[in-house]
Amino acid sequence: MTEFLGHLTVFVLACFVGWQIIWKVTPALHTPLMSVTNAISGIILVGAILAAGMGTLDLGGWLGLAAVFLAAINVVGGFWVTHRMLNLFRRR
Amino acid sequence: MTFVPLAYIVAAICFILSLKGLSTPASAKRGNLYGIGGMILALAATLVVPGLRGYALIGLAGLLGGGLGAVLATRVPMTAMPEMVALLHSFVGAAATLVALATHHHELHAGGVQRIEIYLGAIIGAVTFTGSVVAFAKLRGTIGGKPLTLPGRHAIDAGFVLALAGLAGWYVHSPASLPLYLAVVLAGVVGAHAILAIGGADMPVIVSVLNSASGWAAAATGFVLGNDLLIITGALVGSSGAILSIIMSRGMNRSIGSVLLGGFGGGDTVAEAPGSITSEAIAKGVNVGDVETAVELMRGARDVIVVPGYGMAVAQAQHPTKQLTELLEEAGVRVRFAIHPVAGRLPGHMNVLLAEADVPYDQVFEMDDINADFDDADVVLVLGANDIVNPDALDKPGSPIYGMPILEVFRARTVMVVKRSLSPGFSGIDNPLYYRENTMMVFGDARDVVESMVRQLKGAAVH
Repeated sequence: MTEFLGHLTVFVLACFVGWQIIWKVTPALHTPLMSVTNAISGIILVGAILAAGMGTLDLGGWLGLAAVFLAAINVVGGFWVTHRMLNLFRRR
Repeated sequence: MTFVPLAYIVAAICFILSLKGLSTPASAKRGNLYGIGGMILALAATLVVPGLRGYALIGLAGLLGGGLGAVLATRVPMTAMPEMVALLHSFVGAAATLVALATHHHELHAGGVQRIEIYLGAIIGAVTFTGSVVAFAKLRGTIGGKPLTLPGRHAIDAGFVLALAGLAGWYVHSPASLPLYLAVVLAGVVGAHAILAIGGADMPVIVSVLNSASGWAAAATGFVLGNDLLIITGALVGSSGAILSIIMSRGMNRSIGSVLLGGFGGGDTVAEAPGSITSEAIAKGVNVGDVETAVELMRGARDVIVVPGYGMAVAQAQHPTKQLTELLEEAGVRVRFAIHPVAGRLPGHMNVLLAEADVPYDQVFEMDDINADFDDADVVLVLGANDIVNPDALDKPGSPIYGMPILEVFRARTVMVVKRSLSPGFSGIDNPLYYRENTMMVFGDARDVVESMVRQLKGAAVH
């Protein structure tokens, strides 16, 4: 339970930080904001790797590997498409 | 051993800086690089965690996924970004469910708190997954934009929630696989049903809500694994999506709750024959103009404002529009673009399309920054937008869109509306703008009309 409360503290503080910085994002970049959050939520790849590689390769391990595959799509696809979009924005 | 937590802290800071970078277009690219750096660091640290095995298979799965991601990201046209984003949300949801299930199979002696975390991680992921898949199909047009409103659907949803609560009790009491897998299936049905009930016009809010959900799913996985980096990142993404949802629903003057309850608006506009005008419309006094007149008016103007909407994206008219504005600027006309927050199907979608057509971002203005300038505009060119320029929102209290902030284009000397027909927009509401004295309707496909405007202007420049 103490461990859970520690994680909860981190969670609440991170929500607060997110709330502060996202309001400052310019509306013109709301689509790249979505795609970059797609990419960084691919951080679930870390969890997927641990699920796939920390135990034996049983049913749980295979589920973890499937998650590695899906999360990797997000990481590469998200950052790449964000890069493509941001390259389009230029000043006069 | 202290390397891993240290690397995770630095990665978390990188992600915060990444989002902060998006506050201006000038710093945005650096922001994306911070994100990439944080991700590489976090993955490197994870791969050296002591006891990790199965590198070959993990590497293979990662390469296959990464390769597919690269192909998707390279091929997706900018007009299809709403679908791409919805698809990526679904993958986060599915991955969260899979990791929760994997943890369930590995941690046979999980305590009560962890069982609740596994259960929540699995169902939040499943709702996000099926909801995003349905949103993807709606945005692609695979299934229609019309909301599915089953009789007694709110009672059905309430039944689902009760069943999920019951299954949670069962799972925490005896950690068998059956209640957990049943809950995942049920949560999947809930997610699909919820989004099926949403009409096409509400998609910008829904994509934002699913963005938020994908963040909460990642955070839930962080709780399952006791991993602070996932918790922090998930919380950042969850708040980001929540804020976008608030901004989008404000742009439509609706509450997020009423959007989520669904059933609002019709489907996509029924394609009528171009230029079909009912006798009723003629009686109301519609001014129909041709391209020639429109071009004459724009050439003679000092100040022109272009208002793009979803119709511009559908018709792929952004490139000829850019050509049109260039020709006008050469003729000494000041041209600006005005963007409504909910124009299109995705927050900020119009800005990306205009940027793709090489329109500089300092020529593109947000609603609040340009609304005061319509008074002085000689010509406003409305391209495939409808509800976001409907004056009923300001002065007709009974209208379903009353109170929604709009681009006040009717204040301009002349308003030109390029549209296929007089059919109502996604909300299914008639637009009195079309019958005003200072409005001129130019019927036709946005791309065809703008292209012939360009030809006309080029011809005029030669003579």
